[in-house]
Amino acid sequence: MSPKRIVKKAKADKLDLIAICDHNSAENVAAVFKAAKKDQLKIIAGMEISSSEEVHILGLFECLEDVLSLQGTVYAQLAEGENNPAVFGDQIIANEHDEVEGYNNRLLIGATLLTAAEIVEKIHKSKGLAIASHIDRPSYSLLSQLGFIPDDIDLDAVEISPQSTLDEATEKFPEIRKIPAVTSSDAHDLGEIGRAVTLFYLAEPSVPEIKKALRNQDGRKFTLILPSPSEGED
Amino acid sequence: MDNNVLTVGSIVKTLALEVQSGQELMFTEIKGGYSSDLLSDVMANGKKGDIWVTCQIHPNIIAVGVLKEMAGIIITGGRKPDAGMVEKARTEKLIVMCSSLPSFEVAGKLWAMGVEGPR
Repeated sequence: MSPKRIVKKAKADKLDLIAICDHNSAENVAAVFKAAKKDQLKIIAGMEISSSEEVHILGLFECLEDVLSLQGTVYAQLAEGENNPAVFGDQIIANEHDEVEGYNNRLLIGATLLTAAEIVEKIHKSKGLAIASHIDRPSYSLLSQLGFIPDDIDLDAVEISPQSTLDEATEKFPEIRKIPAVTSSDAHDLGEIGRAVTLFYLAEPSVPEIKKALRNQDGRKFTLILPSPSEGED
Repeated sequence: MDNNVLTVGSIVKTLALEVQSGQELMFTEIKGGYSSDLLSDVMANGKKGDIWVTCQIHPNIIAVGVLKEMAGIIITGGRKPDAGMVEKARTEKLIVMCSSLPSFEVAGKLWAMGVEGPR
């Protein structure tokens, strides 16, 4: 996955809006913004933050500056240690020409010292949307790690992975019924981009508009497009 | 303290473990044990030569097991790793075993055999 290739694949899949949400880092977001500059494809600055309970929380931000303001905190709270490329792969920092600018040596696969509740609070402080990642999955999800949705966590939405339908997820986890549920590809490689999509009806492709849609405000709304059973993963 | 060094092979028999990978590595010595389902916790506190007891079956456990040079991983509670994980474990020469028993019992039995915790 590199900025230009991501943009190319997203356009091929006729996506209008994609969020770049690397684990515990936003250092590759600017390059994707630049790579998409000439296109209609809109990029959202995001980050997937790992809590001390190993819950993954997505932050979607209005602008690059907002996610970068959170990055310092995430880095400061990230578990000590350096990445081991032989085991976890290279953590490349790329530019908009898909050239390697450097390597991120932090242990991005690790967890921060922040609890899930603290992460949601900090995302909100940076004016972002906080979404509990892939809550239907058996690892790294709010429900797999804690077993329930705590009262003190004020989520904007939960995310269903491409591996479940909305019906399956709400049947298995009825507690999510009271929270807006979105889906996304959670693409960790190019081929996964576009495998699940949330269709938003917005005045313009922006995070404040998405926030309205999640709350069904002012005519904004959304619907999930998940892979059909024959397309989905096992 | 019992000075007899335990090998993975000996615990496989006693605990009736199902070996998924590393069948050729049963002579591997066990230096200690660690029980945790949080990968970040294992990365911080696991030690080389530990036998790792967990019900976590996320593919990342293979990378963590390799990173910490563990004697092996016992996946508990009847859970099973997927084929991709087993293949990766074989390539990395990491022993992965399965037990139908819950983590508490597996850890207890290992302790009773002389496998001790953090050192």
